[in-house]
Amino acid sequence: MKQYVIIGNGIAAAGCIEGIRSIDTESHIVVVSKESQPVYCRPLISYYLEGKTTLDKIGYRPDDFYQKNGCEVLYHETAIQIDHENKAVVLSKGSTVPFSELCIATGSSPFVPPFDGLDSVKNHFSFITLEDAFALEKAISPDSRVLIIGAGLIGLKCAEGLHDRVKSIMVCDLADKILSSILDQDTAPMVQKFLEMHGIDFCLSDSVVRFDGNKAIMKSGKVIDFDILVTAVGVRANTALIAEIGGTVNRGIVVNSEMRTSLDNVYAAGDCTEGFDLSFGDNRVLALLPNAYIQGFTAGINMAGGTKSFDNAIPMNSIGILGLHVMTAGSYTSEKDGGTVYMQKDDTSCKKFFVRDGLLKGYILVDKVERGGIYTSLIREQTPLETVDFDLLKENASFMAFSSESRRKKFGDVV
Amino acid sequence: MKRVYVNEAWCLGCHLCEYNCAFANSGLSDMVKALKGKKLFPRISVDGKDKISFAVSCRHCNDPLCVKCCISGALHTDNGRVCIDKTKCVGCLSCIMACPYGALSVSENGTAQKCELCLENTCGEPACVKGCPNRAIVYEER
Repeated sequence: MKQYVIIGNGIAAAGCIEGIRSIDTESHIVVVSKESQPVYCRPLISYYLEGKTTLDKIGYRPDDFYQKNGCEVLYHETAIQIDHENKAVVLSKGSTVPFSELCIATGSSPFVPPFDGLDSVKNHFSFITLEDAFALEKAISPDSRVLIIGAGLIGLKCAEGLHDRVKSIMVCDLADKILSSILDQDTAPMVQKFLEMHGIDFCLSDSVVRFDGNKAIMKSGKVIDFDILVTAVGVRANTALIAEIGGTVNRGIVVNSEMRTSLDNVYAAGDCTEGFDLSFGDNRVLALLPNAYIQGFTAGINMAGGTKSFDNAIPMNSIGILGLHVMTAGSYTSEKDGGTVYMQKDDTSCKKFFVRDGLLKGYILVDKVERGGIYTSLIREQTPLETVDFDLLKENASFMAFSSESRRKKFGDVV
Repeated sequence: MKRVYVNEAWCLGCHLCEYNCAFANSGLSDMVKALKGKKLFPRISVDGKDKISFAVSCRHCNDPLCVKCCISGALHTDNGRVCIDKTKCVGCLSCIMACPYGALSVSENGTAQKCELCLENTCGEPACVKGCPNRAIVYEER
């Protein structure tokens, strides 16, 4: 009988467990969990602060998940080293766990730049784990002035979570626009304007030179007073365990479409990895939940001796902030790269499509997100746009744009 | 497993399936009280143009991408049927981003909603199919 070891207890780990159990219902699975919680989705912490989920609803799987799947979870435990030669994982409390197949699902860690004077800030938080959310919740009051460094997905979801619970929120970013990883010059200002109307302030194209207690002194000369500081500048893949033993690592642990690392019997999945992005045509770190689950599931099947390939990963994000929904997917090819960009925009909504080589490569939808998955599937399935009525699709994600035969298959067959 | 299948050649575009769906999921016993003057949130929708029309609802896929993309664990499968625990859904709409069929929508309270084949309400079988006047949608094994 095999022994599977999974380092990490997030979404990729849950996918891995379910992948293994779809093939092998017998062998033992050991899960090494740094946090003390059963698997939950980290992006839910903003919904927790906002009151849209509760601690008894936040679990990603039912309470009996590990028991039903024959998993032993080692809580409050971290892996400090992989002994690849002897196929064992060395744990922080001194024990070792042998493995036949190993999955690294160690996720990522917040990156905090070495700001001058950061030590002088009494209330400084990250916003990644449930523990972070608890600590932040304890520190805030209705009179708090919150400063968030980073206008990315994490920073803005933090702003949303705190919106009704504090006096003011200021979000700063070095970039000249918010959500710079998923929005562009046409769409970021629309979302920013919406958030400003809801009382969130922004300070863009600016950075903190130093902190002095409750003051942030900015490069522009501006001084921002605050009571609570949240740094949400970015995250870095946790790759050390693999890098230390000579496995291939770039910005993430490099995996192939079966989620194998360069080391025998060692797989990786989730935010710690770097895999092929179909829309981009090269490797990228795709730190997003669907990717983590599907990678984990794929790794699990292959670890258990099955055969599964995940070869159509693309970036995709669906984010709602204070009621405004934004959906994005794929890569944004510019006209300079030989692409064509189509945009329909009014004051509050936008649909933008990026096309190259007769294929949809990416999209940005602001407010009009209905049936967005039809666009996502065009990217993932590399559907030649000449086979659909793309003019109609740009207006409306409707199956009228597909042939009647394609509709018959999609709605008349088992899929 | 029995699923809802569409035959667009027989669809009249009458939208009765939408009304029957909204009524079946309203929890009320009087159709007028359930629907009159209200904005409806059916889990099936009739799409089309010119002389073609067809109803779109959850395909209950063998490999449902919405479940894999659900961040809260609200979407799950139950003997092949794709179901949603609305009390867990946070309304992020990742499922709408993922579903290749455009089969999920936003409910009245902002959470996602989808067809559960009327097995979670008192109807017991798809109300859309039961009320379809021309058998343009059927509920059967294929």
